Amino acid sequence: MKKILAILLAAVMLFGLTACGGTEDVTLGMSDSPLAAPTITPDYEVPEDFKVGFICLHDEKSTYDKNFLNAVDTIKKALKLKDEQVLTKINVPETNDCYEAAKDLVTQGCDIIFANSFGHEDFMIKAAREFTDVQFCHATGTKAHTEGLANYHNAFASIYEGRYLAGVVAGLKLNEMIEEKKITASEAKIGYVGAFTYAEVISGYTSFYLGAKSVCPSATMSVQFTGSWYDPTAEKSAAEALIADKCVLISQHADSMGAPSACENAGVPNVSYNGSTYESCPETFLVSSAINWAPYYNYMIRCVVKGEAIAADWCGGIEEGSVVLSGINQDAAAEGTVDAIKKAIADLKAGTVKVFDTKNFAVKGAALTTYTADVDTDAAFTPDTEAIKDGAFEESVHRSAPYFDVRIDGITLVNEKF
Amino acid sequence: MEKSDKKIRTPLFHIAKREAMPWYFGVIVRAVAVVAALIVAGVLVAVLTGKNPIQVYATMFDGVFGHSDRIWNMGQKVAILLGISLAVTPAFKMKFWNCGAEGQVIIGGLATICVMVFLGGKIPTPLLLVIMLVASVLAGVIWAVIPAVFKALFNTNETLFTLMMNYVAIHLVAYFLKLVAKDGSGVLSPLPQYGLPVIADKAFLLNILIVAAVTVAIYIYLKSSKQGYEISVVGESENTAKYIGINVKKVIIRTLVVSGAICGLMGLLIVGGTDHTINTAVVGGRGFTAIMVSWLAKFNPLVMVLTSFLIVFLEVGSDQLNTMFGISSSIADILTGIILFFIIGCEFFLRYKIVPNKNRKENA
Repeated sequence: MKKILAILLAAVMLFGLTACGGTEDVTLGMSDSPLAAPTITPDYEVPEDFKVGFICLHDEKSTYDKNFLNAVDTIKKALKLKDEQVLTKINVPETNDCYEAAKDLVTQGCDIIFANSFGHEDFMIKAAREFTDVQFCHATGTKAHTEGLANYHNAFASIYEGRYLAGVVAGLKLNEMIEEKKITASEAKIGYVGAFTYAEVISGYTSFYLGAKSVCPSATMSVQFTGSWYDPTAEKSAAEALIADKCVLISQHADSMGAPSACENAGVPNVSYNGSTYESCPETFLVSSAINWAPYYNYMIRCVVKGEAIAADWCGGIEEGSVVLSGINQDAAAEGTVDAIKKAIADLKAGTVKVFDTKNFAVKGAALTTYTADVDTDAAFTPDTEAIKDGAFEESVHRSAPYFDVRIDGITLVNEKF
Repeated sequence: MEKSDKKIRTPLFHIAKREAMPWYFGVIVRAVAVVAALIVAGVLVAVLTGKNPIQVYATMFDGVFGHSDRIWNMGQKVAILLGISLAVTPAFKMKFWNCGAEGQVIIGGLATICVMVFLGGKIPTPLLLVIMLVASVLAGVIWAVIPAVFKALFNTNETLFTLMMNYVAIHLVAYFLKLVAKDGSGVLSPLPQYGLPVIADKAFLLNILIVAAVTVAIYIYLKSSKQGYEISVVGESENTAKYIGINVKKVIIRTLVVSGAICGLMGLLIVGGTDHTINTAVVGGRGFTAIMVSWLAKFNPLVMVLTSFLIVFLEVGSDQLNTMFGISSSIADILTGIILFFIIGCEFFLRYKIVPNKNRKENA
């Protein structure tokens, strides 16, 4: 009895301690989002017997999948869909299990099936060939425009614009550090944790870097790859290695809390991806860009309900509401960031600023005048399409998934083994 | 006088080992455990999510048996898990703690996909299939025998050794993907044209039949063969084994050859028979789940059919719960945990009994 009492007391004291741990500083907190997700107002009526199925690689513990699942909730509310009209399968690996999951959703009467991971693509195509009267939509895939199936489609968003904006926030923070003499201009080095040396990642970190460079010209960047889309330990240690290598600001393109929590522990500012990590990292979180999938969900459902064809490739941008930013953490970000971001958004919308403007970056000291990108997937991965037009690299025009894979000056790849 | 009395305290009960008991006793205790687990888990789910427990179990059942495709899918999942469990069993029976099934299976799969990628289309299909079989089994054997040799010769710790071998195998797969997926995505498009043949238009039938054959073979091997007997003796006591003239080193290595060969074969079935591609998650932790399947069945291959079915049922059923009710996958894991806790816990009551101390009052 005494022992139990002692344990209880200890527990109470422990709770007491943590409760007292909170500081009483006045915090400014998060600003409103400068690029918020739009509300979806459907101009169509969804029939009672309509069903949509979603296939996710992981569950809500992965920020990548949580982003898709949140959009599912949004669209479900906006279209007033009943529980039984929306079927979600989580933790579906990139194996034949994906085909089985799609087939099961067909059996349950789904009119559209959406899968969210790159490795799902071949299994979705297999299902699309078999069930021709069901629409199969796939995020991040590359094969719809060459596969020639009427019921198989790819989707993405011009997230490079979102990353560019997040980069502007990072650049302003670097400027603040330089002004406060915490670092010299030449020490403004960004660390970036990437998954693979794959076009989507390269496009992502390059646009982020160009955003930072647009306000902080002396910025440089180091990129560490983990070889996995979701590996909390590897992402955390990669971020720690970058911090040890004198990176003063970290961002990542990987799906776990690994890098943000490493930054919070070390007190290094972090730009997140796929949603705010402010809750767990209030001291260091700056901003997060994300793809908002609700506009695409709305588009594909509208097409099916109205009997229209879904485009083989669909790439949503700022205008469609597919690219969004979280609020800006005013306790961590530099002063005046919110206004600067609003201006940058206006510039991108007006087209006066282009993210991959060839004037803004160099490759081995020279400007890029021509570049053949690998847009059509083939077994040998041969480059096939000229991507430079009117002085800018045309990203996500020839297909929805990114194909910018140029290694530009100012960015060092620490380990290219992945 | 009263004080000294107080000091002699007798607990309410004591625990005693059970004598031999009739066969049906075990069945009853286990049945009670399963029912109790279902009730407790059901109440918990009802409290946490507000769903009707009967509806919850009906949904799980529907997720596993609701459609012929689902039954086939379940059959395939049981077959693969059972196959890997059969593979670890001879080693466990010998008290060789093989935690390396995950790596042994994936290396078998890697050997298979290498043959498919580099030889596919260049040699006749029957020859390709034979090379796939030989390569996968050989790869599994090599991965299992390395720790076995070290154990036999230098008495190294096989648990750590086999665990480490898993990481090596998984990273070899990552490296292979880096080589073949030149776009850097880490994803290799499936090559179904070089896969194992499909029998009777049922994609999973071949896998199920092969595992069924392996199950019977391992049952006979462990129960009726001389080598199976040697495994039990080494497992019970190495000294006894030495005393009666068993070459312990030889038995360790030979048993791990069997273990590794079956693991390699499972790699072939996963990669060559089902996925036709590979990634680092193709085994998906089943190399470790297999340990539980094997222990729950007390190393009896026929009982393992039931225990692997139980695990697959819980896994597939809880996925269905998530799809239908949006119950978080964590709650599904809790449910699985409770059910396994009861089933493992009941083993205690099969081995021991609780005897109330009758003379407690007289003492006080």
